[in-house]
Amino acid sequence: MRSINIPISDTIIRELKVGDPVLLNGIMITGRDVVHKWMIETFIRKTREPQGDDLQVYQALKPILMGGVIYHCGPVVSGLDTKQYKFVAAGPTTSIREEPYQAEVMKHFNLKGVIGKGGMGPKTLKGCEEVPGVYFHAIGGAATLIAQSVTRVLDVYKYEFGVPEAIWVIEVKDFPVVVTMDAHGQSLHQGVEERSARVLAELLAK
Amino acid sequence: MRDFTKEIIELIRRTSSDLPKDVEDRLRDSVEREAPGSAARGALETILKNVELSRKNSSPICQDTGTPIFYVKHPEGWSTLQLKQQIRTALAEATKRSYMRPNAVDAVNDRNSGNNLGGDDFPYIHFEEVEGDVLTIELMLKGGGCENVGAQYSLPDGRLGAGRDLAGVRKVVLDAVQKAQGQGCAPGILGVSIGGDRGTGYIKSKEVLLDRIGTHNPDPNLAELEERLTTEANTMGIGPMGFGGQTTVLSTRITGLSRLPASYYVTISYMCWAYRRRKMTVRADQVSYD
Repeated sequence: MRSINIPISDTIIRELKVGDPVLLNGIMITGRDVVHKWMIETFIRKTREPQGDDLQVYQALKPILMGGVIYHCGPVVSGLDTKQYKFVAAGPTTSIREEPYQAEVMKHFNLKGVIGKGGMGPKTLKGCEEVPGVYFHAIGGAATLIAQSVTRVLDVYKYEFGVPEAIWVIEVKDFPVVVTMDAHGQSLHQGVEERSARVLAELLAK
Repeated sequence: MRDFTKEIIELIRRTSSDLPKDVEDRLRDSVEREAPGSAARGALETILKNVELSRKNSSPICQDTGTPIFYVKHPEGWSTLQLKQQIRTALAEATKRSYMRPNAVDAVNDRNSGNNLGGDDFPYIHFEEVEGDVLTIELMLKGGGCENVGAQYSLPDGRLGAGRDLAGVRKVVLDAVQKAQGQGCAPGILGVSIGGDRGTGYIKSKEVLLDRIGTHNPDPNLAELEERLTTEANTMGIGPMGFGGQTTVLSTRITGLSRLPASYYVTISYMCWAYRRRKMTVRADQVSYD
Protein backbone atom coordinates (compact mmCIF):
# COMPACT_ATOMS: atom_id res chain seq x y z
CA MET A 1 0.00 0.00 0.00
CA ARG A 2 1.23 3.47 -0.83
CA SER A 3 2.38 5.62 2.05
CA ILE A 4 2.13 9.41 1.67
CA ASN A 5 3.58 12.17 3.81
CA ILE A 6 1.81 15.44 4.56
CA PRO A 7 2.32 18.09 3.15
CA ILE A 8 1.50 16.53 -0.22
CA SER A 9 2.90 17.81 -3.53
CA ASP A 10 0.82 18.45 -6.66
CA THR A 11 2.77 15.71 -8.44
CA ILE A 12 1.75 13.09 -5.90
CA ILE A 13 -1.84 14.32 -5.84
CA ARG A 14 -2.08 13.94 -9.63
CA GLU A 15 -0.74 10.40 -9.40
CA LEU A 16 -3.59 9.35 -7.13
CA LYS A 17 -6.58 7.66 -8.76
CA VAL A 18 -10.00 6.61 -7.53
CA GLY A 19 -9.70 3.25 -5.79
CA ASP A 20 -6.12 3.73 -4.54
CA PRO A 21 -5.65 2.67 -0.91
CA VAL A 22 -3.27 5.03 0.90
CA LEU A 23 -1.63 5.35 4.32
CA LEU A 24 -1.28 8.97 5.43
CA ASN A 25 1.52 10.23 7.67
CA GLY A 26 2.16 13.64 9.20
CA ILE A 27 0.24 16.52 10.75
CA MET A 28 -3.36 17.38 9.94
CA ILE A 29 -6.34 19.06 11.57
CA THR A 30 -9.88 18.00 12.29
CA GLY A 31 -12.59 20.33 11.07
CA ARG A 32 -16.26 19.76 10.47
CA ASP A 33 -19.51 21.73 10.32
CA VAL A 34 -18.81 24.68 12.62
CA VAL A 35 -15.20 25.04 11.42
CA HIS A 36 -16.12 25.17 7.72
CA LYS A 37 -18.84 27.74 8.31
CA TRP A 38 -16.49 29.79 10.50
CA MET A 39 -13.68 29.70 7.90
CA ILE A 40 -15.98 30.70 5.06
CA GLU A 41 -17.72 33.52 6.90
CA THR A 42 -14.70 34.98 8.68
CA PHE A 43 -11.81 34.60 6.23
CA ILE A 44 -13.07 33.64 2.79
CA ARG A 45 -16.39 35.37 2.03
CA LYS A 46 -15.77 37.78 4.95
CA THR A 47 -19.42 38.22 5.88
CA ARG A 48 -18.50 38.24 9.57
CA GLU A 49 -15.89 40.28 11.46
CA PRO A 50 -13.07 38.27 13.09
CA GLN A 51 -13.62 38.01 16.84
CA GLY A 52 -11.59 36.90 19.86
CA ASP A 53 -8.60 34.84 18.77
CA ASP A 54 -9.94 34.25 15.23
CA LEU A 55 -6.99 35.93 13.50
CA GLN A 56 -4.33 34.19 15.61
CA VAL A 57 -5.97 30.82 14.93
CA TYR A 58 -6.11 31.66 11.22
CA GLN A 59 -2.37 32.46 11.17
CA ALA A 60 -1.62 29.23 13.03
CA LEU A 61 -3.72 27.15 10.64
CA LYS A 62 -2.38 28.56 7.37
CA PRO A 63 0.98 26.75 7.40
CA ILE A 64 -0.63 23.47 8.52
CA LEU A 65 -3.21 23.61 5.75
CA MET A 66 -0.77 24.66 3.00
CA GLY A 67 -0.41 21.40 1.10
CA GLY A 68 -2.18 19.80 4.02
CA VAL A 69 -5.17 17.71 4.94
CA ILE A 70 -8.41 18.37 6.84
CA TYR A 71 -10.25 15.53 8.52
CA HIS A 72 -14.04 15.62 8.90
CA CYS A 73 -14.10 14.16 12.37
CA GLY A 74 -15.61 14.87 15.78
CA PRO A 75 -13.49 12.71 18.05
CA VAL A 76 -13.96 11.28 21.53
CA VAL A 77 -10.99 12.71 23.45
CA SER A 78 -9.75 11.71 26.90
CA GLY A 79 -7.66 13.85 29.23
CA LEU A 80 -9.87 16.91 28.88
CA ASP A 81 -9.36 17.89 32.55
CA THR A 82 -5.58 17.54 32.51
CA LYS A 83 -5.07 18.64 28.89
CA GLN A 84 -3.16 15.40 28.33
CA TYR A 85 -5.30 14.87 25.26
CA LYS A 86 -5.62 11.48 23.65
CA PHE A 87 -7.92 10.40 20.80
CA VAL A 88 -10.05 7.49 22.02
CA ALA A 89 -12.41 7.18 19.07
CA ALA A 90 -11.99 9.11 15.85
CA GLY A 91 -13.80 7.88 12.76
CA PRO A 92 -14.95 10.18 9.97
CA THR A 93 -18.24 12.09 9.92
CA THR A 94 -20.47 12.48 6.84
CA SER A 95 -18.75 14.89 4.46
CA ILE A 96 -21.60 15.97 2.22
CA ARG A 97 -22.67 18.64 4.73
CA GLU A 98 -19.50 20.58 3.84
CA GLU A 99 -20.33 20.53 0.12
CA PRO A 100 -21.37 24.22 0.09
CA TYR A 101 -17.99 25.22 1.59
CA GLN A 102 -15.33 22.64 0.79
CA ALA A 103 -14.05 23.76 -2.61
CA GLU A 104 -13.60 27.36 -1.43
CA VAL A 105 -11.76 26.20 1.69
CA MET A 106 -9.48 24.00 -0.43
CA LYS A 107 -8.63 26.85 -2.77
CA HIS A 108 -8.15 29.42 -0.02
CA PHE A 109 -5.67 27.35 1.99
CA ASN A 110 -4.23 25.30 -0.90
CA LEU A 111 -5.55 22.23 0.89
CA LYS A 112 -4.58 18.99 -0.85
CA GLY A 113 -6.68 16.43 0.90
CA VAL A 114 -10.05 16.09 2.56
CA ILE A 115 -10.77 12.99 4.66
CA GLY A 116 -14.33 11.99 5.47
CA LYS A 117 -17.00 9.50 4.62
CA GLY A 118 -19.84 9.23 2.15
CA GLY A 119 -18.11 11.30 -0.51
CA MET A 120 -18.87 14.78 -1.76
CA GLY A 121 -20.62 16.41 -4.71
CA PRO A 122 -19.81 18.17 -7.99
CA LYS A 123 -18.58 21.43 -6.44
CA THR A 124 -15.90 19.64 -4.43
CA LEU A 125 -15.03 17.38 -7.36
CA LYS A 126 -14.38 20.50 -9.45
CA GLY A 127 -12.35 21.92 -6.57
CA CYS A 128 -10.24 18.76 -6.56
CA GLU A 129 -9.45 19.30 -10.25
CA GLU A 130 -8.58 22.97 -9.81
CA VAL A 131 -6.46 22.93 -6.64
CA PRO A 132 -5.46 20.01 -7.35
CA GLY A 133 -6.63 17.85 -4.45
CA VAL A 134 -8.28 14.56 -3.60
CA TYR A 135 -10.97 13.20 -1.34
CA PHE A 136 -9.84 10.39 0.92
CA HIS A 137 -12.51 8.04 2.28
CA ALA A 138 -12.03 6.58 5.75
CA ILE A 139 -14.22 3.78 7.10
CA GLY A 140 -17.24 5.24 8.87
CA GLY A 141 -17.65 4.01 12.41
CA ALA A 142 -14.18 2.44 12.59
CA ALA A 143 -13.44 4.84 15.40
CA THR A 144 -11.27 2.85 17.79
CA LEU A 145 -9.15 1.50 14.96
CA ILE A 146 -8.56 4.89 13.37
CA ALA A 147 -7.79 6.48 16.76
CA GLN A 148 -4.81 4.12 16.94
CA SER A 149 -3.22 5.83 13.97
CA VAL A 150 -3.40 9.17 15.79
CA THR A 151 -0.04 9.13 17.54
CA ARG A 152 -0.19 12.58 19.17
CA VAL A 153 -2.55 15.46 19.79
CA LEU A 154 -0.38 18.52 19.27
CA ASP A 155 -2.84 21.31 19.94
CA VAL A 156 -6.47 22.32 20.01
CA TYR A 157 -8.00 25.53 18.69
CA LYS A 158 -11.53 26.81 19.16
CA TYR A 159 -12.21 24.49 22.07
CA GLU A 160 -15.30 26.59 22.73
CA PHE A 161 -16.89 25.04 19.62
CA GLY A 162 -17.21 21.89 21.77
CA VAL A 163 -15.08 18.71 21.69
CA PRO A 164 -16.59 17.29 18.47
CA GLU A 165 -16.40 20.61 16.60
CA ALA A 166 -13.06 21.97 17.83
CA ILE A 167 -9.95 22.11 15.63
CA TRP A 168 -7.64 19.34 16.84
CA VAL A 169 -4.10 19.38 15.46
CA ILE A 170 -3.00 15.77 15.28
CA GLU A 171 -0.06 13.71 14.14
CA VAL A 172 -0.99 10.51 12.35
CA LYS A 173 0.92 7.43 11.35
CA ASP A 174 -0.35 5.00 8.71
CA PHE A 175 -3.83 6.50 8.71
CA PRO A 176 -5.76 4.18 6.32
CA VAL A 177 -7.89 5.76 3.58
CA VAL A 178 -9.05 5.10 0.03
CA VAL A 179 -9.10 7.74 -2.72
CA THR A 180 -12.73 8.02 -3.88
CA MET A 181 -12.53 11.39 -5.69
CA ASP A 182 -9.40 12.32 -7.59
CA ALA A 183 -7.89 15.37 -9.27
CA HIS A 184 -8.89 14.09 -12.72
CA GLY A 185 -12.65 14.53 -12.30
CA GLN A 186 -13.33 10.94 -11.28
CA SER A 187 -15.65 10.09 -8.39
CA LEU A 188 -16.52 6.63 -7.14
CA HIS A 189 -19.62 8.12 -5.50
CA GLN A 190 -20.98 9.58 -8.70
CA GLY A 191 -20.70 6.17 -10.39
CA VAL A 192 -22.43 4.30 -7.57
CA GLU A 193 -25.15 6.96 -7.39
CA GLU A 194 -25.90 6.74 -11.12
CA ARG A 195 -25.96 2.94 -11.21
CA SER A 196 -28.21 2.69 -8.15
CA ALA A 197 -30.61 5.26 -9.65
CA ARG A 198 -30.97 3.06 -12.75
CA VAL A 199 -31.70 -0.04 -10.63
CA LEU A 200 -34.21 1.94 -8.56
CA ALA A 201 -36.05 3.06 -11.70
CA GLU A 202 -36.35 -0.61 -12.74
CA LEU A 203 -37.60 -1.62 -9.29
CA LEU A 204 -40.17 1.17 -9.25
CA ALA A 205 -41.48 0.07 -12.63
CA LYS A 206 -42.22 -3.43 -11.27
CA MET B 1 -35.54 2.50 45.80
CA ARG B 2 -32.12 1.10 45.05
CA ASP B 3 -29.61 3.28 43.21
CA PHE B 4 -28.77 1.80 39.80
CA THR B 5 -26.42 4.55 38.62
CA LYS B 6 -23.39 2.23 38.59
CA GLU B 7 -25.27 -0.47 36.68
CA ILE B 8 -26.54 2.07 34.15
CA ILE B 9 -22.97 3.32 33.53
CA GLU B 10 -22.11 -0.29 32.75
CA LEU B 11 -25.10 -0.49 30.39
CA ILE B 12 -23.80 2.59 28.57
CA ARG B 13 -20.24 1.20 28.40
CA ARG B 14 -21.46 -2.07 26.93
CA THR B 15 -23.76 -0.35 24.44
CA SER B 16 -21.13 2.05 23.16
CA SER B 17 -18.20 -0.36 22.97
CA ASP B 18 -19.72 -3.65 21.85
CA LEU B 19 -22.19 -4.72 19.16
CA PRO B 20 -25.05 -7.13 19.90
CA LYS B 21 -24.18 -10.63 18.69
CA ASP B 22 -26.97 -10.76 16.08
CA VAL B 23 -25.56 -7.62 14.42
CA GLU B 24 -21.96 -8.80 14.47
CA ASP B 25 -23.00 -12.22 13.10
CA ARG B 26 -24.92 -10.58 10.27
CA LEU B 27 -21.91 -8.41 9.40
CA ARG B 28 -19.64 -11.48 9.40
CA ASP B 29 -22.03 -13.29 7.05
CA SER B 30 -21.93 -10.36 4.62
CA VAL B 31 -18.14 -10.42 4.25
CA GLU B 32 -18.38 -13.61 2.21
CA ARG B 33 -20.81 -12.01 -0.20
CA GLU B 34 -18.31 -9.37 -1.28
CA ALA B 35 -15.60 -10.10 -3.84
CA PRO B 36 -12.10 -10.77 -2.46
CA GLY B 37 -9.96 -7.67 -2.74
CA SER B 38 -12.95 -5.34 -3.29
CA ALA B 39 -13.29 -2.04 -1.41
CA ALA B 40 -16.60 -3.37 -0.06
CA ARG B 41 -14.96 -6.41 1.48
CA GLY B 42 -12.12 -4.30 2.82
CA ALA B 43 -14.64 -1.99 4.49
CA LEU B 44 -16.47 -4.88 6.18
CA GLU B 45 -13.21 -6.42 7.37
CA THR B 46 -12.13 -3.08 8.84
CA ILE B 47 -15.52 -2.72 10.51
CA LEU B 48 -15.20 -6.14 12.17
CA LYS B 49 -11.61 -5.49 13.24
CA ASN B 50 -12.78 -2.25 14.82
CA VAL B 51 -15.61 -4.01 16.67
CA GLU B 52 -13.17 -6.48 18.21
CA LEU B 53 -10.76 -3.74 19.21
CA SER B 54 -13.49 -1.56 20.74
CA ARG B 55 -14.77 -4.48 22.78
CA LYS B 56 -11.25 -5.17 24.04
CA ASN B 57 -10.50 -1.52 24.89
CA SER B 58 -13.96 -0.51 26.17
CA SER B 59 -13.81 2.40 23.74
CA PRO B 60 -16.63 3.65 21.54
CA ILE B 61 -17.19 1.63 18.35
CA CYS B 62 -18.05 4.92 16.66
CA GLN B 63 -16.98 8.37 17.82
CA ASP B 64 -20.52 9.51 17.18
CA THR B 65 -22.06 7.93 20.26
CA GLY B 66 -25.35 9.25 18.99
CA THR B 67 -28.59 10.25 20.59
CA PRO B 68 -29.00 8.20 23.76
CA ILE B 69 -32.51 6.74 23.66
CA PHE B 70 -33.64 4.89 26.79
CA TYR B 71 -36.70 2.67 27.10
CA VAL B 72 -37.54 1.88 30.71
CA LYS B 73 -40.17 -0.73 31.54
CA HIS B 74 -40.93 -0.81 35.24
CA PRO B 75 -43.35 -2.62 37.56
CA GLU B 76 -45.93 -0.67 39.54
CA GLY B 77 -44.53 1.48 42.32
CA TRP B 78 -41.17 2.48 40.88
CA SER B 79 -40.19 6.13 40.91
CA THR B 80 -39.65 7.30 37.34
CA LEU B 81 -38.32 10.56 38.76
CA GLN B 82 -35.50 8.75 40.55
CA LEU B 83 -34.81 6.47 37.58
CA LYS B 84 -34.56 9.50 35.32
CA GLN B 85 -32.10 11.15 37.69
CA GLN B 86 -30.01 7.98 37.86
CA ILE B 87 -29.92 7.68 34.08
CA ARG B 88 -28.84 11.31 33.70
CA THR B 89 -26.14 10.99 36.36
CA ALA B 90 -24.89 7.77 34.75
CA LEU B 91 -24.76 9.39 31.30
CA ALA B 92 -22.73 12.36 32.53
CA GLU B 93 -20.30 10.01 34.29
CA ALA B 94 -20.03 7.73 31.22
CA THR B 95 -19.16 10.84 29.19
CA LYS B 96 -16.43 11.74 31.67
CA ARG B 97 -15.03 8.23 31.24
CA SER B 98 -14.95 8.65 27.43
CA TYR B 99 -17.53 5.92 26.82
CA MET B 100 -19.60 8.67 25.27
CA ARG B 101 -18.79 11.82 23.28
CA PRO B 102 -20.35 15.02 24.62
CA ASN B 103 -23.13 15.24 22.05
CA ALA B 104 -25.78 17.61 23.36
CA VAL B 105 -25.55 20.90 21.46
CA ASP B 106 -28.04 23.66 22.21
CA ALA B 107 -29.47 24.30 18.76
CA VAL B 108 -30.17 27.97 19.46
CA ASN B 109 -26.87 29.17 20.94
CA ASP B 110 -24.69 26.36 19.50
CA ARG B 111 -23.21 25.51 22.90
CA ASN B 112 -22.22 21.94 23.71
CA SER B 113 -23.19 21.14 27.30
CA GLY B 114 -20.09 18.97 27.63
CA ASN B 115 -21.81 16.19 29.60
CA ASN B 116 -24.47 14.84 27.23
CA LEU B 117 -27.27 16.45 29.23
CA GLY B 118 -29.28 18.95 27.25
CA GLY B 119 -32.60 20.18 28.53
CA ASP B 120 -35.30 17.75 29.50
CA ASP B 121 -35.27 15.69 26.30
CA PHE B 122 -31.59 14.83 25.94
CA PRO B 123 -31.20 11.96 26.69
CA TYR B 124 -34.61 10.82 25.51
CA ILE B 125 -36.19 8.52 28.11
CA HIS B 126 -39.40 6.62 27.56
CA PHE B 127 -41.11 5.14 30.63
CA GLU B 128 -43.76 2.47 30.59
CA GLU B 129 -45.36 0.62 33.47
CA VAL B 130 -45.57 -3.12 32.90
CA GLU B 131 -47.03 -6.11 34.73
CA GLY B 132 -44.80 -8.41 36.78
CA ASP B 133 -41.79 -7.52 38.91
CA VAL B 134 -38.96 -7.13 36.41
CA LEU B 135 -37.36 -3.80 35.52
CA THR B 136 -35.73 -3.45 32.12
CA ILE B 137 -33.74 -0.55 30.75
CA GLU B 138 -32.95 -0.65 27.04
CA LEU B 139 -30.53 1.75 25.46
CA MET B 140 -30.12 2.56 21.80
CA LEU B 141 -27.37 4.86 20.52
CA LYS B 142 -28.21 6.25 17.13
CA GLY B 143 -25.59 8.31 15.33
CA GLY B 144 -26.28 11.52 13.45
CA GLY B 145 -25.08 10.36 10.04
CA CYS B 146 -27.73 7.67 9.83
CA GLU B 147 -30.37 9.82 11.53
CA ASN B 148 -29.85 12.43 8.81
CA VAL B 149 -30.80 9.99 6.05
CA GLY B 150 -34.06 8.94 7.72
CA ALA B 151 -37.11 9.96 5.71
CA GLN B 152 -40.85 10.36 5.95
CA TYR B 153 -43.17 10.09 2.95
CA SER B 154 -46.77 11.18 2.73
CA LEU B 155 -48.65 8.87 0.40
CA PRO B 156 -49.78 9.01 -2.33
CA ASP B 157 -46.46 10.12 -3.79
CA GLY B 158 -46.96 11.04 -7.43
CA ARG B 159 -43.27 11.28 -8.30
CA LEU B 160 -42.66 7.66 -7.23
CA GLY B 161 -46.06 6.36 -8.28
CA ALA B 162 -46.62 5.19 -4.71
CA GLY B 163 -50.24 4.72 -3.62
CA ARG B 164 -51.70 4.04 -0.19
CA ASP B 165 -50.94 0.33 -0.04
CA LEU B 166 -48.03 -2.03 0.61
CA ALA B 167 -46.88 -1.67 -3.01
CA GLY B 168 -46.57 2.06 -2.34
CA VAL B 169 -44.74 1.44 0.93
CA ARG B 170 -42.23 -0.71 -0.97
CA LYS B 171 -41.53 2.04 -3.47
CA VAL B 172 -40.85 4.81 -0.98
CA VAL B 173 -38.60 2.62 1.20
CA LEU B 174 -36.49 1.70 -1.84
CA ASP B 175 -36.32 5.38 -2.76
CA ALA B 176 -35.07 6.24 0.74
CA VAL B 177 -32.32 3.61 0.51
CA GLN B 178 -31.18 4.93 -2.87
CA LYS B 179 -31.15 8.52 -1.59
CA ALA B 180 -29.15 7.53 1.49
CA GLN B 181 -26.31 6.05 -0.63
CA GLY B 182 -23.39 5.42 1.76
CA GLN B 183 -24.09 8.53 3.87
CA GLY B 184 -25.76 6.66 6.71
CA CYS B 185 -22.82 4.23 7.09
CA ALA B 186 -24.14 1.34 5.05
CA PRO B 187 -24.82 -1.51 5.44
CA GLY B 188 -27.85 -0.21 7.28
CA ILE B 189 -30.81 -1.69 9.12
CA LEU B 190 -34.21 -0.23 8.22
CA GLY B 191 -36.94 0.49 10.74
CA VAL B 192 -40.17 1.30 8.93
CA SER B 193 -43.49 2.43 10.32
CA ILE B 194 -46.67 2.67 8.29
CA GLY B 195 -49.28 5.12 9.57
CA GLY B 196 -49.29 7.23 12.71
CA ASP B 197 -48.76 10.97 12.66
CA ARG B 198 -45.42 12.57 11.82
CA GLY B 199 -44.24 12.27 15.43
CA THR B 200 -45.34 8.73 16.27
CA GLY B 201 -44.16 7.61 12.84
CA TYR B 202 -40.57 8.45 13.70
CA ILE B 203 -40.79 7.16 17.28
CA LYS B 204 -42.19 3.78 16.23
CA SER B 205 -39.81 3.38 13.31
CA LYS B 206 -37.01 3.57 15.88
CA GLU B 207 -38.70 1.37 18.48
CA VAL B 208 -38.99 -1.47 16.01
CA LEU B 209 -35.18 -1.42 15.81
CA LEU B 210 -35.03 -2.68 19.40
CA ASP B 211 -35.98 -6.13 18.07
CA ARG B 212 -33.29 -8.64 17.31
CA ILE B 213 -32.25 -9.09 13.66
CA GLY B 214 -34.22 -11.99 12.22
CA THR B 215 -37.43 -11.03 14.05
CA HIS B 216 -40.30 -10.57 11.62
CA ASN B 217 -43.66 -8.90 11.76
CA PRO B 218 -46.33 -11.48 12.74
CA ASP B 219 -48.41 -10.41 9.73
CA PRO B 220 -47.16 -12.67 6.90
CA ASN B 221 -47.66 -9.93 4.29
CA LEU B 222 -45.47 -7.54 6.24
CA ALA B 223 -42.93 -10.26 7.00
CA GLU B 224 -42.70 -10.96 3.29
CA LEU B 225 -42.29 -7.27 2.51
CA GLU B 226 -39.49 -7.03 5.11
CA GLU B 227 -37.57 -9.78 3.33
CA ARG B 228 -38.30 -8.41 -0.11
CA LEU B 229 -37.12 -4.90 0.78
CA THR B 230 -33.80 -6.20 2.11
CA THR B 231 -33.26 -8.31 -1.01
CA GLU B 232 -34.24 -5.58 -3.46
CA ALA B 233 -32.25 -2.89 -1.65
CA ASN B 234 -29.20 -5.10 -2.05
CA THR B 235 -29.59 -5.19 -5.83
CA MET B 236 -28.89 -1.44 -6.00
CA GLY B 237 -25.15 -1.96 -5.69
CA ILE B 238 -24.56 0.80 -3.12
CA GLY B 239 -22.61 -1.51 -0.82
CA PRO B 240 -20.71 -0.99 2.44
CA MET B 241 -19.82 2.71 2.89
CA GLY B 242 -21.31 3.34 -0.56
CA PHE B 243 -18.21 1.78 -2.16
CA GLY B 244 -20.38 -0.40 -4.40
CA GLY B 245 -21.12 -4.04 -3.52
CA GLN B 246 -23.76 -6.55 -2.53
CA THR B 247 -24.44 -5.49 1.07
CA THR B 248 -26.43 -2.29 1.39
CA VAL B 249 -29.09 -3.33 3.90
CA LEU B 250 -28.65 -6.02 6.58
CA SER B 251 -32.26 -6.28 7.66
CA THR B 252 -35.64 -4.55 7.48
CA ARG B 253 -38.33 -4.31 10.16
CA ILE B 254 -41.82 -2.96 9.60
CA THR B 255 -44.52 -1.97 12.06
CA GLY B 256 -48.07 -0.93 11.27
CA LEU B 257 -49.79 1.85 13.23
CA SER B 258 -53.22 3.43 13.17
CA ARG B 259 -53.57 6.51 10.99
CA LEU B 260 -56.11 9.23 10.34
CA PRO B 261 -58.27 8.80 7.25
CA ALA B 262 -56.51 11.84 5.76
CA SER B 263 -52.92 10.73 6.43
CA TYR B 264 -50.76 7.86 5.24
CA TYR B 265 -47.18 8.27 6.38
CA VAL B 266 -44.37 5.88 5.74
CA THR B 267 -41.44 6.64 8.01
CA ILE B 268 -37.99 5.15 7.60
CA SER B 269 -35.39 5.20 10.35
CA TYR B 270 -32.04 4.19 8.94
CA MET B 271 -29.71 2.57 11.46
CA CYS B 272 -26.01 2.45 10.60
CA TRP B 273 -24.04 -0.81 10.78
CA ALA B 274 -22.90 0.32 14.26
CA TYR B 275 -26.31 -0.75 15.53
CA ARG B 276 -25.78 -0.20 19.25
CA ARG B 277 -28.52 -1.46 21.52
CA ARG B 278 -28.38 -3.24 24.88
CA LYS B 279 -30.78 -4.27 27.58
CA MET B 280 -30.31 -4.32 31.32
CA THR B 281 -32.67 -6.46 33.39
CA VAL B 282 -33.24 -6.20 37.14
CA ARG B 283 -34.87 -9.28 38.60
CA ALA B 284 -35.10 -9.63 42.38
CA ASP B 285 -32.11 -7.28 42.80
CA GLN B 286 -30.04 -9.27 40.32
CA VAL B 287 -28.80 -7.18 37.41
CA SER B 288 -28.04 -8.84 34.09
CA TYR B 289 -27.22 -7.55 30.62
CA ASP B 290 -27.85 -8.99 27.19
